[in-house]
Amino acid sequence: MNKNERKKTQQHNPTLAIVLSILFAGLGQSYNRRFIKGTILIIVEAAFLITMYDFINIGLWGIVTLGTIPRVDHSIILLIQGIIAVLVLAFAIGLYIFNIIDAKRDAEKLRDGEKIPTLMDSMKNTYDKGFPYMLVIPGLFMLVFVVILPLLFMVSLAFTDYNLYNSPPRNLLNWVGFENFTKLLESGIWKDTFFSVFTWTIVWTVVATTLQIALGLLLALLVNDKRIKFKRTIRTVLILPWAVPAFVSILIFSALFNSEFGAINRDILGPIGLAVPWMSDPFWAKMALILIQTWLGFPFVFALFTGVLQSIPGDMYEAADIDGASRFQKFKNITFPFVLFATAPLLIMQYAGNFNNFNIIYLFNEGGPAVRGQNAGGTDILISWVYKLTFDTNNYNMAAAITIIMGVIVSAFAFYQFRKTASFKEEGNL
Amino acid sequence: MTRKTKSNIEVAFIYLFFVLMAIIIAYPLIWTVGISLNPGTNMYSSQMIPENWSFEHYKWLFTSPDSDYLIWYKNSLVVAVTNSVVSVFLTALIAYAFSRYQFVGRRYGLYAFLLLQMFPALMGMVALYILLNLVGLLDSLYGLVLIYIGGQIPFNAWLVKGYFDTIPRELDEAARIDGAGHFKVFFQIMLPLAKPILAVVALFNFMAPFMDFLLPRIVLSSPEKYTLALGLFNFINQQFSTNFTRFAAGAILIAVPIAVVFLFLQRYLISGLTSGATKG
Repeated sequence: MNKNERKKTQQHNPTLAIVLSILFAGLGQSYNRRFIKGTILIIVEAAFLITMYDFINIGLWGIVTLGTIPRVDHSIILLIQGIIAVLVLAFAIGLYIFNIIDAKRDAEKLRDGEKIPTLMDSMKNTYDKGFPYMLVIPGLFMLVFVVILPLLFMVSLAFTDYNLYNSPPRNLLNWVGFENFTKLLESGIWKDTFFSVFTWTIVWTVVATTLQIALGLLLALLVNDKRIKFKRTIRTVLILPWAVPAFVSILIFSALFNSEFGAINRDILGPIGLAVPWMSDPFWAKMALILIQTWLGFPFVFALFTGVLQSIPGDMYEAADIDGASRFQKFKNITFPFVLFATAPLLIMQYAGNFNNFNIIYLFNEGGPAVRGQNAGGTDILISWVYKLTFDTNNYNMAAAITIIMGVIVSAFAFYQFRKTASFKEEGNL
Repeated sequence: MTRKTKSNIEVAFIYLFFVLMAIIIAYPLIWTVGISLNPGTNMYSSQMIPENWSFEHYKWLFTSPDSDYLIWYKNSLVVAVTNSVVSVFLTALIAYAFSRYQFVGRRYGLYAFLLLQMFPALMGMVALYILLNLVGLLDSLYGLVLIYIGGQIPFNAWLVKGYFDTIPRELDEAARIDGAGHFKVFFQIMLPLAKPILAVVALFNFMAPFMDFLLPRIVLSSPEKYTLALGLFNFINQQFSTNFTRFAAGAILIAVPIAVVFLFLQRYLISGLTSGATKG
């Protein structure tokens, strides 16, 4: 490199590259004499501005105003377009920031006298760096449209007044702030229903899940006993309820518990003179649901624990034997902590799963029986109540508000999960 | 009482408990088989062990012009196969990126997967309905498949990533040194070694459409597009007591193949779950 050129590169100014890149993506790169990269970025930004400007403009206008002329502007479609516009914009801003950082980095390299990579090198470099993004983008795209966008949409609905009586295209929606939440927590029938459904959801989650875990653990311990024979057969039988599709078994139970022709009242309790109102009394309906969920849920826990039990090192028990530990002491101090530690994240998932267990509540008797003074059935949990509010009574705004509350609770489960999951501790070092 | 007899009594009680469990497990299933063999559709007179049993409901499902059972079976198969193939491919690509590459957003991506897998699709169903309506995929099997594929990503990407992490990195590094590119490593090293977990993902994505009735219920509206689960659900949703015998027959025909396959493969699932979730 001759003197003249060295001087030139030393004068190369990263700040100028940043400013140029902020002005228009790609200008900074061109200033860095990375002309191809610069041209591509300029074309990308120009294309983005030309094709997306109107869409984003209308989208942002729509999400702020939710339309101004009833019957012409459809608030819901405007809302969805608005969310998409925000997502696209966020993505574009991300790229833009990347473009600025890239310009700065290249400019600094140039100033420090590094050579500009040849076209081939930089292409290979781009391919290597960009490869993981290529892998992720198709899935990410699906994820955004099928999972994230709907969730964002639900979140925004909670702050509107969208219900049966105020629905587009006839009416326009409005942003109402936290009105739906205050209604849910303070006004008459909503408050009563919310608190009774919420308490039952918590009781349901804790009792049903704990029962299925306890039964699974007990059975796993018993089958693991050295004196028991036919282990394979016993395991297969115990796993059966998991193997049968849940919607089939729940509907079967729904028939079994039916008060008129169900086999439980007719064939089992009938002969001893009992007739339990399984479907029409909220208390018995709840009992039935917990029993059924235990039946459905224990095999998974059982299979899980069986696997873990076999991996407990035998010498721990030998040492305990030498110390003269009783069986209960061995269980309490070795087996239980070991099993729990190995499976904690999956057990938390079980609690989260039951919290959102729509299928069993809805299929058993659609959340019934009806209860006086509230607009949810006697066995409705939050998610089945949301379903009813959405599809039966079209109370979209309230349904969305409840969904947000559920989301907060689910996130609490997830937060615990983050802290517990071993892989995250490892990821932390990367 | 000697120690030996005490132990024997204990074992006897354990077996007794197993027998009790077996009865509790088997009773509903055997009852359903019995009901499906009852002639006639009157639940009030049907019995667990019918006096004059017949296959009339099974015959009805396959031969009656009123029955859409075969169409539903075909729909379910189409959805299941597409979902299974596309999901495995997409998920493996994502898991490969998360397991083997460093990139911006990787860590937050993993957090997002863990968080999103706890949010059931149900939470966003209104939006899904409106979105599918906007793009004209409502009441279409494609729309259903798209939702299945997108919805399974967080859970399965996590599962497969956990498995990929257990494949020694030395293998792909060695291949890299021999000049293999990114895709070559993926197709010739990662995929073959990850066959067990990919089989599990494929299987579960194949089975999901046979077991799920809720999404089809939201997405599909015309009976000739129903999947099996939705069709069967509608059987008894309309008239619970009169159609239950037919439902029982149809349900057994789904449950038996699924249960058999499941019993063979559940241990792969368990090992996949424990390695993916606890060891990472």
